Amino acid sequence: MTDVIAIQPGLLLILAGLALPLLGAQMRTVTIVLVPLVALALVWTIPDGPVWTFKWLGYELVPLAGDKLSRMFATVFSIMASIGGIYALNQKRVLELASAFVYAGSAISVVFAGDLITVFIFWEVMAIASTLIIMSNGESARGAALRYAAIHFFGGVVLMAGIAGQIASTGSVAFSPMHTDTVFRWLILAGFVINTGAPPLHPWLPDAYPKASWSGTVFLSAFTTKTAVYTLIRGFPGADVLIWIGLFMIFYGLIYALNENDTRRKLAYSIINQVGFMVCATGIGNEMALNGAAAHAFVHILYKAVLLMTAGSVLYATGITRFTRLGGLFRTMPVSTICCIIAALAISATPWTSGFPAKSLMSAGAAEAHMELVWFLLTGAAAGVLIVAIKLPWFIFFQKDSGLRPPEAPLSMRVAMIAGSAMCIGFGVFPGALYAMLPVSTDYNPYTGGHVVSQMQILLAATVVFFAFLGLLKRTETISLDLDWFWRKFGSLLASEFDVRSGLAWQGFASNVNQSVQRIVRTLYRHYGPQGMMARTWPTGLMAFWTTVILAAVLILSYV
Amino acid sequence: MANQKDLPPDHDHWLVRPANIRLLWGVLIGALAVMVLAEFVWHPHPHFALDSAFGFGALYGLLCGVALIVVTKTFAVLVKRKDTYYD
Repeated sequence: MTDVIAIQPGLLLILAGLALPLLGAQMRTVTIVLVPLVALALVWTIPDGPVWTFKWLGYELVPLAGDKLSRMFATVFSIMASIGGIYALNQKRVLELASAFVYAGSAISVVFAGDLITVFIFWEVMAIASTLIIMSNGESARGAALRYAAIHFFGGVVLMAGIAGQIASTGSVAFSPMHTDTVFRWLILAGFVINTGAPPLHPWLPDAYPKASWSGTVFLSAFTTKTAVYTLIRGFPGADVLIWIGLFMIFYGLIYALNENDTRRKLAYSIINQVGFMVCATGIGNEMALNGAAAHAFVHILYKAVLLMTAGSVLYATGITRFTRLGGLFRTMPVSTICCIIAALAISATPWTSGFPAKSLMSAGAAEAHMELVWFLLTGAAAGVLIVAIKLPWFIFFQKDSGLRPPEAPLSMRVAMIAGSAMCIGFGVFPGALYAMLPVSTDYNPYTGGHVVSQMQILLAATVVFFAFLGLLKRTETISLDLDWFWRKFGSLLASEFDVRSGLAWQGFASNVNQSVQRIVRTLYRHYGPQGMMARTWPTGLMAFWTTVILAAVLILSYV
Repeated sequence: MANQKDLPPDHDHWLVRPANIRLLWGVLIGALAVMVLAEFVWHPHPHFALDSAFGFGALYGLLCGVALIVVTKTFAVLVKRKDTYYD
């Protein structure tokens, strides 16, 4: 222990989460509103370097260590716990809120962990807490929650195997930058990457997130993938493989998000797309790109939360999540409409919204590293992000008059959406506030005339494309099959097929065995049964006869 | 979907009137044109050879947008199913 008295803010949130079910309604509201703000203040009291250290089984554990990168992620996690909590004040299911606080707290605990064992412990707490958030939405969410848990626990096993090997081979539990030079480090990397939503196991994300309640998805969107991005920035900066994983996620997410008809499933695919940018930037690995990955994670949590909150408000008011059944809601839900548009502009990296200063850093990082192909793909993807982004406000709030006139979201939900939107604009207009938190100090200025002009050209051109091709983009009541088909459909088909075949095979085998056993029993019966040879009474003469034969044989043999 | 005469009186909002939609189209195209012309005032700082072309952002944005939609629609043919598929 050092002489600094520091309280780990994540543990505070976890304790608050565990206490929530025991509190009365009023105390619960006070806790939900106040504790994340206290946690936010505590984040900024954590000094640089190890704060809590102790020996355990001969290892030097550092459950609390701080630096700029940790504080940046912990800051946005605390803000998100606050906004998400306020948004969810109308949520009647205490289990969801309690789990959400434990979830947020363990995410903060991961980013303040200085050793791999602490990372792993809170990594698993996150998996459990987030599964409970999905599960608390009732029977309809159970299947998805179990599939979600299965993939995360598998990811946990991969991570644990890697960590165990890493500790055994190096003797150190420290969590510091690693090269992908041993199989154990590859396993750790794989464990982290699974949680970013990277293919092929990514369906945990679009499968499970839309199954949570209107408020649950808001929490889910913030922590798991971004904690994974943090661990990649901390553990594997500059790992080349991440560039290509990230680029694949970017375009995979775009294509699926554009095809999707469910408002929140579309946003889930959009998370894969956005996290792809961060993973790619982590792979590029220079200071500019790593700053970009951290900044993008920070702003993305906020605008994605606002997008999910507006989709959640619509779900709350109408019970509908299908684009095909929505439309024209701007008439009665103006606050949700405006917040949704602001967040859509931010995710598209429109100048003077938070996405612009963040994504500019990543593109500048690619250019600085002379990665021409990566730069062109990232820049082109920006046009795609805009097309996917406008989809949400357009098909929910405009599109056509669905005849629905739902009421605007309740006050607590409006407060949360407005607070989130205000930050989407605030960090865009004052990028200095964002850049001050970056892991490496920078004097980069995104707002040069030329940069704004070329970005506006891309965005306006993409907007023209969106409205010109609106006919093609019209939604249908369909889903797009994803790789989870293999375990949701193919697996059960295989099992049922195997069922029939193996049933026939078993029957054949059993009847063979049965026949053989019966044959043996019949033979035994024939010999030993009441009428059998062995059951007869044998005359003494026979015995004398056979004794004579044997003695004669012995006599003859003795002469041979 | 509701019938035309079942719709509430506010269905004819100013934002959905055809004349205003045409106007919005004009504004959008105009804004794009202004941004292309703005290159004469604020020169974008190209990192590579290709992106130094005049109006690169606008052209590349159009191209990538169309490409994304074409790829997505083609891909959809393979993977689209009724949304009750898993039920």
